[in-house]
Amino acid sequence: MDLNFLEFEQPIAELEAKIEELRLVGSDNEINIQDEITRLETKCQSLTESIFSNLKPWDISQLSRHPQRPYVLDYIDRIFDEFHELHGDRAFADDHAIVGGMARLEGRPVMVIGHQKGRDTKDKLHRNFGMPRPEGYRKALRLMELAERFKLPIMTFIDTPGAYPGVGAEERGQSEAIARNLKVMSGLRTPIICTVIGEGGSGGALAIGVGDRILMLEYSTYSVISPEGCASILWKSAEKAPLAAEAMGITSDRLKELGLIDEIVAEPLGGAHRDIETMAKNLKHALLEGIDNITSMAIDKLLDTRYQRLMQYGQFSGD
Amino acid sequence: MSWFEKLMPSRIRTDAGHKRAVPEGLWAKCPGCSAILYRAEMERNLDVCPKCHYHNRISARRRIETFLDPEPQEEIAANLESVDPLKFKDSKKYKERLTQAQKGSGEKDALVAMRGQLKGMDIMVASFEFSFMGGSMGSVVGERFVRAVNMALERHTPLVCFSASGGARMQESLFSLMQMAKTSAALERLQKRGLPFISVMTDPTMGGVSASLAMLGDINVAEPNALIGFAGPRVIEQTVREKLPEGFQRSEFLLEHGAIDMIIDRRDMRDRISDLISILMSKPRA
Repeated sequence: MDLNFLEFEQPIAELEAKIEELRLVGSDNEINIQDEITRLETKCQSLTESIFSNLKPWDISQLSRHPQRPYVLDYIDRIFDEFHELHGDRAFADDHAIVGGMARLEGRPVMVIGHQKGRDTKDKLHRNFGMPRPEGYRKALRLMELAERFKLPIMTFIDTPGAYPGVGAEERGQSEAIARNLKVMSGLRTPIICTVIGEGGSGGALAIGVGDRILMLEYSTYSVISPEGCASILWKSAEKAPLAAEAMGITSDRLKELGLIDEIVAEPLGGAHRDIETMAKNLKHALLEGIDNITSMAIDKLLDTRYQRLMQYGQFSGD
Repeated sequence: MSWFEKLMPSRIRTDAGHKRAVPEGLWAKCPGCSAILYRAEMERNLDVCPKCHYHNRISARRRIETFLDPEPQEEIAANLESVDPLKFKDSKKYKERLTQAQKGSGEKDALVAMRGQLKGMDIMVASFEFSFMGGSMGSVVGERFVRAVNMALERHTPLVCFSASGGARMQESLFSLMQMAKTSAALERLQKRGLPFISVMTDPTMGGVSASLAMLGDINVAEPNALIGFAGPRVIEQTVREKLPEGFQRSEFLLEHGAIDMIIDRRDMRDRISDLISILMSKPRA
């Protein structure tokens, strides 16, 4: 079993391994096996299509945190012309679970901020698995206020299991750091586009997620608690996570239906990790479109629209 | 029957079933110092133990009753009710949990908002009902809170919130999460208008409520020994795999780490908050 593939991706992995094997044979053998390879590739394509046309919320939840899933720095490389990373919260530390800096999108100056996870074990630890501490949120806030002063639109990229639950994080005011970001972002006098690119984990995600347009990549998720967390509280067993994923409505199509997000950015067949270039192109296109839409609005009108949208969140009866 | 009871002559022996019952709830045991206390005295003392000053949890309405002047009082958005937008069901339907919570607490949802007066000063109060699904914040809690903020804006009054909550309500999933942004945005407007928001955190104030409205006070207050934090102690213990220090995430710990301005004993709450607000509003001391 290939650990870089999820369980429901295994049939695809097996076929691909077979194709790869044939290719190797083909290179030192004169027999023409190109036909067989083509046949298998077509089969692989239709197998992937059929698996991906029938994904359950739990499958999508796993895709959103796929070990090969592109992270924010992967996108920054491919989408922005320049990137100058800025570090530190000026008070305590530089949190590596959040990266941010100035960049250009097709020549346009912007501020980019996003959660960053690590790829290998060492990198994962360095990034604290994408779980920010208060200094991460405070760095983000500092960059956002900098963006406001210099009239740079802000683009945030959400991908975190949640804010870090640790002793030091609590001592330094995790709650306050998140709360302050929510409050300040609601009134920042510059356009903000937020994109969930992977895992939208609760308050730790929302803390860089208040804006004028909320996008989600097709196989990303956004929820108040992880399916495992929800299952262990309500079903008393983390193994019921698939049920919790279903019940909470954490997928992009469901959230679009509920009016909680604006737009879904399509992923290439098999998910973002199967074709990062195409994914980055789709995302860049969506960001350009989004920024055109909101920067054409006068700032007071933009802020009012942002506020009204926040006030509309929620469903209830009575008046 | 024990051997000792068998030995006793039958006219001394009393049947367990015929014991004269002590009226239920006349006495209460203090969870802090285990003292047996006369309930009526506890109530006069605002449910604070007269011996060890342990602050028992109290209901949203009793909180308001003990804080505001008796008259005038007018409830804000009293008839809002949750609607279960996700048709959520775990071992039980969310609808059933709501009905059960309503019966148990006598409230329609986990927040009560009231317009009233504090020592003659107009004021809005929001108060969490912890017995309603752990004081969890869903659409109704968020909306009621925002209505209280709007009423404060409209009538140019301060706002005081007493929080007691486990966090966001899972059964409304992302709707609940968004209440964090909604309530924080409303407070941004209140504070830009120069109207004071006093946040009083009571036991417990955790998760999404602590990471939004509760930590955004112009002045952050806590009751003694309240559990306040973002992540629950059990989650942290599982993550860091060590025993947490004594008093971790308690009010006194937060005061020490600079997260709150002060700890106020419940019995002084009216006086102290009235003093704070009248200074912020440049009014004479009441």
